[in-house]
Amino acid sequence: MNLAVKPLKFRQQSVIPGFGLTMGVTLFYITLLVMIPVSMVFINSSSLGLRSFWEIATSERVLASLKISFGTSFLAALVNAVFGLLLAWVLERYTFPGKKIIDGLIDLPFALPTAVAGISLTTLYSPNGWIGRLFEPLGIKISYTPLGITIALVFISFPFVVRTVQPVLHGIDTEVEEAAACLGASRFQAFRKIIIPELLPALITGFALSFARALGEYGSVVFISGNMPMRTEITPLLIRTKLEQYDYAGGTAVAAIMLIISFLMLLVINLFQLWASNRHKT
Amino acid sequence: MSGSIPINLQTSNKPGQEKKASGDSKAVRIVLTAIALLFFTVMLLIPLISVFVKAFEQGAGVYFAAISDPIALAAIKLTLLTIAIVVPVNTVFGLVAAWAVAKFKFKGKNLLVTIIDLPFAISPVVAGLIFVLLFSTSHGILAGLLNELGLKIIFAPPGIILATLFVTLPFVARELIPLMESQGTAEEEAALTLGASGFKTFWLITLPNIKWALLYGVMLTAARAAGEFGAVSVVSGHIRGLTNTVPLHVEILYNEYKFSAAFAVASLLTVIAIINLIIKNISDWKIKQQFK
Repeated sequence: MNLAVKPLKFRQQSVIPGFGLTMGVTLFYITLLVMIPVSMVFINSSSLGLRSFWEIATSERVLASLKISFGTSFLAALVNAVFGLLLAWVLERYTFPGKKIIDGLIDLPFALPTAVAGISLTTLYSPNGWIGRLFEPLGIKISYTPLGITIALVFISFPFVVRTVQPVLHGIDTEVEEAAACLGASRFQAFRKIIIPELLPALITGFALSFARALGEYGSVVFISGNMPMRTEITPLLIRTKLEQYDYAGGTAVAAIMLIISFLMLLVINLFQLWASNRHKT
Repeated sequence: MSGSIPINLQTSNKPGQEKKASGDSKAVRIVLTAIALLFFTVMLLIPLISVFVKAFEQGAGVYFAAISDPIALAAIKLTLLTIAIVVPVNTVFGLVAAWAVAKFKFKGKNLLVTIIDLPFAISPVVAGLIFVLLFSTSHGILAGLLNELGLKIIFAPPGIILATLFVTLPFVARELIPLMESQGTAEEEAALTLGASGFKTFWLITLPNIKWALLYGVMLTAARAAGEFGAVSVVSGHIRGLTNTVPLHVEILYNEYKFSAAFAVASLLTVIAIINLIIKNISDWKIKQQFK
């Protein structure tokens, strides 16, 4: 507590007590539980040497898994951007029975354990499942294909776009749209010229959060993907497989690639949010 | 991973402005609502309902046998133990971190918040791996020390608890920081000026202001601790009756084609998820009331 009384250069003076204590505990805990463990991936990878790291990173199976992970995650984030915007719009602007319940259930994918989502979706979309049965006669297989992976990823990352777009949509004054209509703009023009530019930062943030979440997902995909190397093996699963085969060096190298991608995604999302909030102020 | 989107409370809680008027024609409204509802039903509602339908497919007898099986009970016990340790630790951390971040202005605040958020951004499998690299008795950096002391962390409950602490670290802090920032420090300053101690100020002023967000943060932490799969699966070793948590037990049953039993155990986790959503909605509503 003493620290809080002394003027510290890097923070502004305040009468609120407890800065030293709370900051000390916070830094101690995140160093022990986050910083040191996460840095292990890079320490272990660096002991591999650049050449063998590069060999692992560019091996056929790793590249194939990255391609599948990026492809399915991108597609899932795109689906979520479109339907997330639609659901946010419908929930914010229209009234219909059961709206409150639907609004409350949007966060279900965040609350439901991924393993439960995994077995439920796999059963639904397998050839004799409730939904898979409808596509079977058309020759479309969903479970155990990249399409199944995409559906699982759409499910687990669905709430992001809805929840980032909704508050912005709530804040847009309908008077501006009414003014546009009075001045002779069509509804579509008003949507394209007034609403979309306002929503775009939130929409992109939601898309990026959704994409980042999908890239790392493991629990739900492991059931629905069928886990065939080169075809339906996502990168997190490849790490798991390498660990099970006691290939710790290989698993760690792939984990390092994933971590770098996560850091970059986090950086881009933060910079983008900073840019978007500054743009709004001016 | 899951959870929290920093939403600006100021804009999302403008009091008393219900916008029902929409410039869209009736046909557009009906078509858009229908598409949205269809998507919602197929993607969210049917998977939720199917858990319970599949769980009771072979009757209530199979259901109750599955959840009262000794191995299932051992898994439930381990999951409860994990919750009992992880929730208090990360709740205290969340409160402490939110106080440091929200009540003071200092350099590097954004960096600190980013580090607190890091477990959300990291794949659960990597979250499990980092603890294997530290504590594995064959490959870990601390292997020598652990072997000498005869301690086992990986493929044992301590590893499961550590991995769960990691993945649930941001939840409470992430719920509290935006709310506490938007509430400012005026009330606390007034109490302190009137002679209240720091702890008394926290207990009587800050805590009542944040109690609903805190409750939801705690609930999210508990639900995630109960449901975490990827990270725990890497560190657990899957020893039945010893290092299996409830989600891992679901996986084993499913892979053994005991589908009804798998869904029966999964339905327990689904009930937790539904309770979680109900508390979220109550807490959102209460916070909105506070802002009015």
